[in-house]
Amino acid sequence: MLPELIEKQYFSTPDLLASMQNAMYHSPLDPSSYDLLCRRLRGQLVELCQKSKAPHLASALSAVELLAALFGNVLNITATDLSGTDRDRFILSKGHAAALAYAVLFEFGFITKEQLDSYAKPESKLGEQPIPGALPLMEVATGSLGHGLPVGLGMALASKIKRIPYRVFVLMSDGECNEGTVWEAAMMAPAKKLDNLVAIIDFNKWQATGRSEEIMQLSPLKAKWEAFGWSAHEIDGHNLSEILGVLTKVPDGTGRPIAVIAHTTKGKGISFMEDDNNWHYRIPTDEEVITAKKELKLL
Amino acid sequence: MRNAFASEISSLARENDKLVLLSADIGNKLFDKFKEAAPDRFFNCGVAEANMIGTAAGLSMSGLIPVCYTIAPFITYRCLEQIRVDLCYHNLRSVIVGVGAGLSYASLGPTHHSLEDIAMLRVLPGIKVICPGDAFEVKAALRAAMQESGPVYIRLGKKGEPLVHKQEPQFEIGRAIEIRSGKDVCILSTGNVLPLAMACAEELDKAMISCSVISFHTVKPLDHDTLRNVFREFSLVVTLEEHSIHGGVGSSVAEWLAFGHVSRAKFLAIGTDDRFLHEAGGQNHARRIFGLSCENIVPKIAAKLSLTRAMV
Repeated sequence: MLPELIEKQYFSTPDLLASMQNAMYHSPLDPSSYDLLCRRLRGQLVELCQKSKAPHLASALSAVELLAALFGNVLNITATDLSGTDRDRFILSKGHAAALAYAVLFEFGFITKEQLDSYAKPESKLGEQPIPGALPLMEVATGSLGHGLPVGLGMALASKIKRIPYRVFVLMSDGECNEGTVWEAAMMAPAKKLDNLVAIIDFNKWQATGRSEEIMQLSPLKAKWEAFGWSAHEIDGHNLSEILGVLTKVPDGTGRPIAVIAHTTKGKGISFMEDDNNWHYRIPTDEEVITAKKELKLL
Repeated sequence: MRNAFASEISSLARENDKLVLLSADIGNKLFDKFKEAAPDRFFNCGVAEANMIGTAAGLSMSGLIPVCYTIAPFITYRCLEQIRVDLCYHNLRSVIVGVGAGLSYASLGPTHHSLEDIAMLRVLPGIKVICPGDAFEVKAALRAAMQESGPVYIRLGKKGEPLVHKQEPQFEIGRAIEIRSGKDVCILSTGNVLPLAMACAEELDKAMISCSVISFHTVKPLDHDTLRNVFREFSLVVTLEEHSIHGGVGSSVAEWLAFGHVSRAKFLAIGTDDRFLHEAGGQNHARRIFGLSCENIVPKIAAKLSLTRAMV
């Protein structure tokens, strides 16, 4: 389906506007709202994973603050300019964290509770990995790693060709940086001076079956991106002020694309999941859901 | 075919400001006119085909029409998954152009041969696969592809192939073009073997076998009307392609027959067989080795036809 059609279908319905007006959170978000938003997102994730039996919970938990910040104070997306061609683009290149994107879309009113609850169920458009054009603001289907950055590069290039100034934010995983296409795009973007392209790496130190650093030599990631010609930053990916400090200054005036290496903890926020890679695939039991929600002060 | 493509894409760039040309570091000077016409819409993406296809997807999602160009094996095998996921799964308006298809670059060895590209691309949902037969068809195919709403693969030969059409034909994706009429045998020629098909037809004439030649330029979507007609009217239908007999147009037609379509005609698929070439030599040499020459094809067709007649 063509993007214009997607926008017509999803971005102009009165339901959506109403849903956004009634949403708990609106952009720009007050800094004091992030604590509750992030706890709510983590609670949603644990419940969605338990109900759907769909894996990758820990991979979603590590990126909660990053996505919250993007939707809270970075992306120039509001109810009135959803169909605008100049709105910022977001690509969830680590498609296995789709549940997190859905939870964020729900909190900001882009989808309803009913839609969110349909996650991974038969006939739902909320697949375990994003389905193209199924939801507002998620036009790119991902799941196979290493696709988001090249596609984002194309969108950023289109902004330059059409002289319409928007930014493109691509969220990747550290395991994803194993893929050669990431580095192909990393070489091309600075050569074309795409200062409107941002690669965010959720560096949670684990990939599906082991420690990232033991599988592929990722470090030094910041130096690598710098060497490829990017403005590279290393931040604490759970610290909102550090995240916003970088992501609210795009373009940064250097003429270069921006790489953000966000140090995170896989399974962040739930004590018995933190840095335990079993939770890449494990599904929490009913009891574990309750324990997690108590830890998150949601019960 | 290559120069026809370069000339047509340059004209199209002037007409359509959404057209963006991406190349993977080939075509030095070939696109000088394009660059003159649209300096902001030509990008050399480097020797990085997978990223080029991903980039094309991003451009297309932003309302532009990307045309990606490089050597056929690299723009198909190398980045098959990007074509599948980024372009086909999203059903994006885009054109993939593979130059030097088949054995065009035979002398560079099997790394540069593309004898399996049709097979790989035609199974991807939503994509259209076009193999123009001469320079006129290249121009027409490119213009037709630009009008499509989803991805299209155009498979080009090299430069300097003889023209078969006298002028640009009426061209429609999925509708074959009759070049030469005959009564006994019909050759469905796909892609850059069209001059070879014509030469074979001339030879068959001398042997009192009347031969029709159809430029069967579109492998997907398959032209069912033409297939129904030729399998009803002729004693023998032959597919000819500079591509493996496994998975190409020959296979497509065999599938069509196997799905239960009624046929009076016998069927013969001519293409390359299941192996790599392990020797030097140019396109004509490589064609002879794979049996893609008049000396090989004409007796094969004559033998199959006489067998057909004997059985009747």
